[in-house]
Amino acid sequence: MPTYRDEAVVLRTHKLGEADRIVTMLSRQHGKVRAVAKGVRRTGSRFGARLEPFMVVDMQCYVGRSLDIVQQAETLGSYGADIAGDYARYTAATAMVETADRLTDHEAGLQHYLLLVGALRSLSRNEHPAGLTLDSYLLRALSIAGWAPSFVDCAVTGAPGPHSAFVVQLGGVVSDAAAPPGSPRLDADTLGLLAALLAGDWATADAADERTRAQASGVTAAYTQFHLERGLRSLEHVDRTSA
Amino acid sequence: MYEGIVQDLIDELGRLPGIGPKSAQRIAFHILQTESFDTTRLAEILTVVRDKVKFCQICGNVSEQETCAICRDPRRNGAVICVVEEAKDVVAIERTREFRGLYHVLGGAISPIDGIGPDDLRIAQLLQRLASTEVTEVIIATDPNLEGEATATYLTRLLIQPGLRVTRLASGLPVGGDLEYADEVTLGRAFEGRRVVE
Repeated sequence: MPTYRDEAVVLRTHKLGEADRIVTMLSRQHGKVRAVAKGVRRTGSRFGARLEPFMVVDMQCYVGRSLDIVQQAETLGSYGADIAGDYARYTAATAMVETADRLTDHEAGLQHYLLLVGALRSLSRNEHPAGLTLDSYLLRALSIAGWAPSFVDCAVTGAPGPHSAFVVQLGGVVSDAAAPPGSPRLDADTLGLLAALLAGDWATADAADERTRAQASGVTAAYTQFHLERGLRSLEHVDRTSA
Repeated sequence: MYEGIVQDLIDELGRLPGIGPKSAQRIAFHILQTESFDTTRLAEILTVVRDKVKFCQICGNVSEQETCAICRDPRRNGAVICVVEEAKDVVAIERTREFRGLYHVLGGAISPIDGIGPDDLRIAQLLQRLASTEVTEVIIATDPNLEGEATATYLTRLLIQPGLRVTRLASGLPVGGDLEYADEVTLGRAFEGRRVVE
């Protein structure tokens, strides 16, 4: 029976039958994988704890007819416990894995994999506020998927910025000439923070004040929901009180 | 595909959780072919269970009365409340015969990816209960998985207050297992929760 081995991050799990789970993983080389992990809900399971969401594993599966079967899993990165120990980080990480689940398919997506693992690692180490890490992840994941927002030059004409009118449907900031009447406008600080989150400029992002962060989060959420068409269920539960 | 009513039975059985098309077909033919199978009794119970069984107004456990047998029992210790996800967890803990306090059934765990937030669980009822009774300890016994841990974290943040002890069930090695087969997460938890041998 054909088997394959790959590194993967666990996105989500579903209960199956008495003691099994269907595990959805984003792998380094095989894209998104859905596989059955047998008996992992039993307390004596040898690898149940390794196949919880946010875990990064070296796994071996054999190819099934509809779903693959997990044969072995070894831990490469254990981020679940640290993330679940803080509610804000947990809700942020959940929104990340739901986004990854929606943006990827069974074709290889190394950039998505590396971005998600890096974001989960950063969350587990509490390197930056959870809300900022989430917003940065969302903007970068959408960029990898081909929906990179523009925060400086006009998204329609390419006219050099700065511009203040922001239109989600047009892909970011637009010049006054291209802006539809009544377009919302963002201040320079918010646009600066969004650009920093997209570029990974953490010195600028961490220095932003609460009001600017809240504005940037709202813009990021609207941009994400628009491009993913069906809304992200976890985004409305994200706890930003301690972010 | 079978004709008419047989296929209807298979379809209905297949809608139950954990029962796939093959299992549904097997159960349907067991009902059809086993003469001693009492279909009338099964049909009666299925009808009655929806009418009679409700959720305890105090703890959320399943009950045939307004309050469940555990909440009505005067011998139970009302100062300790064990918080569980589902009613079936109450049965699992009762089997241990180690716990003599009361329960509170949340009705699930926080899982944003499934659209389940704190407001969808019986957390407000737990807080009301704590405000109106003299509870000294809350034992959080949610499942030892990611959703269970996150729910425990959320509850702990809400419940920490003077005079109330908030505890979490220990997790670690299963009794009867071999240490070498334990995964590193479980073994790490066992080390974290080690205790002094007296």
